[in-house]
Amino acid sequence: MRFRAKILDVACLNHFTRVINTIAKLAKTCTLRLTPGKLYFILTDKVANGGVSMWCELSQGNFFDEFQMEGVAAEHNEIYLELMPENLSRALKTAQNAKTVKIKLTNKHCPCLTVAVELPSLASSSRIVTHDIPVAVIPRRLWNDFKEPSVPDFDVSIYLPVLKTMKSVVERMKNLSNSIVIEANLNGEMNLKIETDLVSVTTHFKDLGNPPWVLDGDSQNSTQDRDPETMAEARVDIKKLQQLLAGQQVNPTKALCNIVSKRIVHFILLHEDVYLQYFIPALA
Amino acid sequence: MKCVVIGGNVKVLGKAVHALSRIGDELYVEPTENGLSLRAVNSSRSAYACFLFAPLFFQLYEAGGPDAHGELFRCKVLMKTFLAIFRSLPSLEKTVSKCLISLNPRASRLVVQLHYKYGVTKTHNLSFQECELLQAIFDKQLCTSTLCASARVLVDAVVHFPVTLAEVTLGVGPSGKVSLRNYVDEETEPSKTMVTELCLSEDEFQDVRVPQETQVTFCLKEFRGLLSFAESSNLPLSIHFDTPGRPAVFSLEDPLLEVHLVLATLADSNASSQAQTANGACHKCAADEDFAVDDLESYMIAMETTTGEEGAEPPLSPTFPVRCPSPATALEAERSTLASDKDEDEDGAVPGTPPQKKFRSLFFGSVLTQSQARAHPTPSQEVLAEDSEGEC
Repeated sequence: MRFRAKILDVACLNHFTRVINTIAKLAKTCTLRLTPGKLYFILTDKVANGGVSMWCELSQGNFFDEFQMEGVAAEHNEIYLELMPENLSRALKTAQNAKTVKIKLTNKHCPCLTVAVELPSLASSSRIVTHDIPVAVIPRRLWNDFKEPSVPDFDVSIYLPVLKTMKSVVERMKNLSNSIVIEANLNGEMNLKIETDLVSVTTHFKDLGNPPWVLDGDSQNSTQDRDPETMAEARVDIKKLQQLLAGQQVNPTKALCNIVSKRIVHFILLHEDVYLQYFIPALA
Repeated sequence: MKCVVIGGNVKVLGKAVHALSRIGDELYVEPTENGLSLRAVNSSRSAYACFLFAPLFFQLYEAGGPDAHGELFRCKVLMKTFLAIFRSLPSLEKTVSKCLISLNPRASRLVVQLHYKYGVTKTHNLSFQECELLQAIFDKQLCTSTLCASARVLVDAVVHFPVTLAEVTLGVGPSGKVSLRNYVDEETEPSKTMVTELCLSEDEFQDVRVPQETQVTFCLKEFRGLLSFAESSNLPLSIHFDTPGRPAVFSLEDPLLEVHLVLATLADSNASSQAQTANGACHKCAADEDFAVDDLESYMIAMETTTGEEGAEPPLSPTFPVRCPSPATALEAERSTLASDKDEDEDGAVPGTPPQKKFRSLFFGSVLTQSQARAHPTPSQEVLAEDSEGEC
């Protein structure tokens, strides 16, 4: 098993750092899947992390100037690692004016993802900072746990308003309630609602638009014969939603959410080559 | 004592107070003929800092007359209250034109007066406590290794470590390569901690004099405090250190001011081989100062505490609870410190010293002059808590 990658370009480095920061905000530990063409950051819906799950996909070509990997076997040319994204985020934080950043899989005191940062210095030679991030190599028999989640059979799919606006709304609501109701219809309307014994607050968004999902079989049937005015709603943990919105350092070009009534809310954030999916289960 | 600080020096003074506030809860104000000295020590006495401002630093400096015993009056104040005066450095720099500090033993107030622009004057009357001389025993000249670098280089180096990191290991390799690594204690699982290591080449330093490969581990928080002072005053910082367990001395020197920060370093678990040299150095230093060090040499910064009247009345410092270990406990303590890295022995700690969690494998003792030791029977020296004097 071998992996080494190199970033030379400052813009790529910044972009990569922002993606990692976003992920670090969403997951304490996550799985990094490496394939010859792509990197995936995966959080499976374990009860321990409140049932949320995440799937983030980036193609390596857009970030790395050099990317070599060798999986366990030729027919399974992949590597699965478990790591704390916070560590990676910390390692990259002070690398912003680096000449090069190398990331490689090493075996030091334990398996590590070593981030070696070459920084300019006053002296003739440059300054090298290495961060050894402990990782756990996930054996092949467990790989099946990290499959890409399928798009759920949703009731309503809707584009999200500007995330910053949504964030400030949710942040204020968070002071009043622990859970939030997200509801939307096929008429491009979405409401964010909190209801407590003392106060009910609703923020209405309209003209958001509903994304045209390409039909691939029966999954869209439920939405097609749906009354465009009827709201589909799900009540979720407000902290989880706030986490997603607050962590957004990558300004997505497209953001949408799919609501499965009373079951789950599925967010998709798209920014050029970065594709982030986030699932928040509905509260009972 | 009376002194006047003007212009940009007010900010320098403020910065110094900020750096000192990272170390202890009390600020020792000690006027001397060579200038005004501000000092602090932490509760476990693993860190000590001394800023000495030369008379030239001030527009006016009067040390004040010596008392009946030929000593200048000194005092200590709560760090919190003193820091509050210099809290906001940017506004201090913009609005304060003059700062006057006066200490009059008869008035029993330390007066700090800030003269703002437009004729506004703010007067702070701080209550103080009389105190003994606070002086760490150290000698830079005895340290085998010396590094000197501009503060900027070191600031850029420590920025790679998380703010929450407690200790850092400074190592010098055979080819003069200097490295900094976050210290991971044995309790934490290696598979859980990220290890960050930074290498600096010799030519980034102004001076590297290290006879042999060595590495020392010290607290980062206090060091960061000094670094930010050094950076703002644009002075090169010298680091003097020795074998692990011996204190490291960080110093800044300038015609106007002299700063020393002494930090205890972690005794290495495999330090027993080096204990010999440590002992030798320490005994020499102890002999010079004519102080009995209770043989815990490598685990503390030795402190000199004197009262005005040598060996007479017992008001030995309430801040320095002095312990005269019986031979048995001393031996036991020594044994435990030798294995210090493994068992976090806190039983041996000085009574009255709150256990310092972060640096718990260190062991600190206190020092007293032989004459004092002879003069006072053990029980009377066991001061477990400060006298409850009303503090401001």
